Amino acid sequence: MATEFTPFMSLLGGFLIGVAAIALMALHGRVAGMTGIMAGILPPAVSDWQWRAAFLAGAVIAPALFLFAGGTVPFAVPVPVWAMVVGGLIVGIGVHFGSGCTSGHGVCGMARLSPRSIVATITFMITTGITVYVMRHVLSVGVA
Amino acid sequence: MHIVSALLIGAVFGLGIAISGMANPAKVINFFDVAGTWDPSLIFVMGGALVTTAIGYRIVFGTRSRPLFAKNYSLPTRTDLDARLIGGSALFGVGWGISGFCPGGAIPALGLGQPAVPVFVIAMAAGIIVARSALSPMLSKTASA
Repeated sequence: MATEFTPFMSLLGGFLIGVAAIALMALHGRVAGMTGIMAGILPPAVSDWQWRAAFLAGAVIAPALFLFAGGTVPFAVPVPVWAMVVGGLIVGIGVHFGSGCTSGHGVCGMARLSPRSIVATITFMITTGITVYVMRHVLSVGVA
Repeated sequence: MHIVSALLIGAVFGLGIAISGMANPAKVINFFDVAGTWDPSLIFVMGGALVTTAIGYRIVFGTRSRPLFAKNYSLPTRTDLDARLIGGSALFGVGWGISGFCPGGAIPALGLGQPAVPVFVIAMAAGIIVARSALSPMLSKTASA
């Protein structure tokens, strides 16, 4: 399934992600890592779960409002439902042990030139690439 | 006040994710599918976010000794590269490649009302809980034994 190359919208979206990361640091002193923010509200929740829940609520509500206001967000799932379940479990276990994901390591940690984040980001970019190749071109899972 | 602030910052983050294409598994998988239907858009998302954040962090840390709503900046201080970091990150990539969702892409995608998203998010939450409460203690026991 081909998707349209969207350099402008992607750059604008990336800029907004960066603005959010800067604001969360300047105002709350926190890294905008989705793994850390989310893990804090899962049981047993940490004591400062309130700002985390608010951030997550905002992150969910904004795309819904954008759609409601007439915006369009292209969305397609090119893999079967089992891939959501298996992929979700593996992502959850991986980000726990890896202490972060694309936002925490790939954006915030790399921006601070953290050696752990640089190594983590290189590692998951490589294994994601290999996995996509195997899923698509070796196992032929889903619609390519 | 700091709750409203977190809500608004989350909204900016979520909107950025949504319009960037990171909330779209088809686009994410295509970014990695160099051998197939390659879509290089995500390099603009990650590049744009990274450059913006790097410049912004520099200004924030250089001009403000503490954040507005907290006593100090909560920054990770570890610099060691251990097997957990590398193994966990490698595993995360496998899951990202299978599903097309990373945590930062999936949470805002919940707002799009698509049925596949909660399936992923619930599985991911279960994965974190299992790793934290069962696998982590098990690994620590093996390491110390």
